[in-house]
Amino acid sequence: MSAPDQPFLAPWQAQVFGLTVALSEAGLFNWPDWTQALGAQLATGAEYWDAWLQALEVILTQKGVAVPDEIAALAHRWQDAAHATPHGQPILLENASG
Amino acid sequence: MKVHNRVPAMPHDHHDHDNHLDPMDARVRALETILVQKGLVDPAAVDAIIETYAHKVGPQNGAAVVARAWSEPAFADWLARDATAAVGAMGFTGRQGEHVKAVFNAPGLHHVIVCTLCSCYPWSLLGLPPVWYKSPAYRSRVVIEPRAVLAEFGLVLPEATQLRVWDSTAELRYLVVPMRPEGTEGWTPEQLAELVTRESMIGTGLARVPA
Repeated sequence: MSAPDQPFLAPWQAQVFGLTVALSEAGLFNWPDWTQALGAQLATGAEYWDAWLQALEVILTQKGVAVPDEIAALAHRWQDAAHATPHGQPILLENASG
Repeated sequence: MKVHNRVPAMPHDHHDHDNHLDPMDARVRALETILVQKGLVDPAAVDAIIETYAHKVGPQNGAAVVARAWSEPAFADWLARDATAAVGAMGFTGRQGEHVKAVFNAPGLHHVIVCTLCSCYPWSLLGLPPVWYKSPAYRSRVVIEPRAVLAEFGLVLPEATQLRVWDSTAELRYLVVPMRPEGTEGWTPEQLAELVTRESMIGTGLARVPA
């Protein structure tokens, strides 16, 4: 298949998709609730996968699983870890300085 | 604006000596870290889901359903009456408990599917939707001016052909059963399935005509 037909254009898109389906199958939310959350983000004009990630963060916040500050702080640590990891090696959160 | 063949911008490539994480990538890793720590997801299960939808499930499933409907009138009747059960009997069961409705093209009648809310799509039959199916342009325009949108896909239907647009939901996904091409009498279901394109099962195309 040609590139525009690939469902995922970056690994994080596949990852956030897999997390969402896994959480739904585990019963954290049902799929109709998910499509409402995704539709609300898409209605803002966001790019598709950006909207998907935003929708998942909204649902997880509503469910009390994660709060935005915690997600942002941990994302920052992941970026720190990436900087601290030599090229070609797997990025591990333990490598973050913070 | 054309609604197909649009490729979203790729993330920037970095060429520094150390690693940079795209901000979105970092946020997803952060979420996964939290979810795994809390025992809400199993990374192996996530990997298996990605593998399934990126590589295993695809339009070949829907093509097998259509080819069987073309070959067996009794199956076609079942598919028309209760598509969820009919495709389930072939092993194609939706993972989210959704129902499937099959809509049959006929002379003078053409069906096309969309999800105006987000991107609902019959995953178990067609895999994940193509980029254009998820685009705001397709989602908004196909319900307003389907004929113009189909023309952009190269599908120009006679003026007299009635068009029906079906809006998919989380609970109900649609499959278009295209018309069987002429000149395929005596073909096996396996041969017929080769003619059934993804676009023909969305309604933005027709089944291939034998060469």
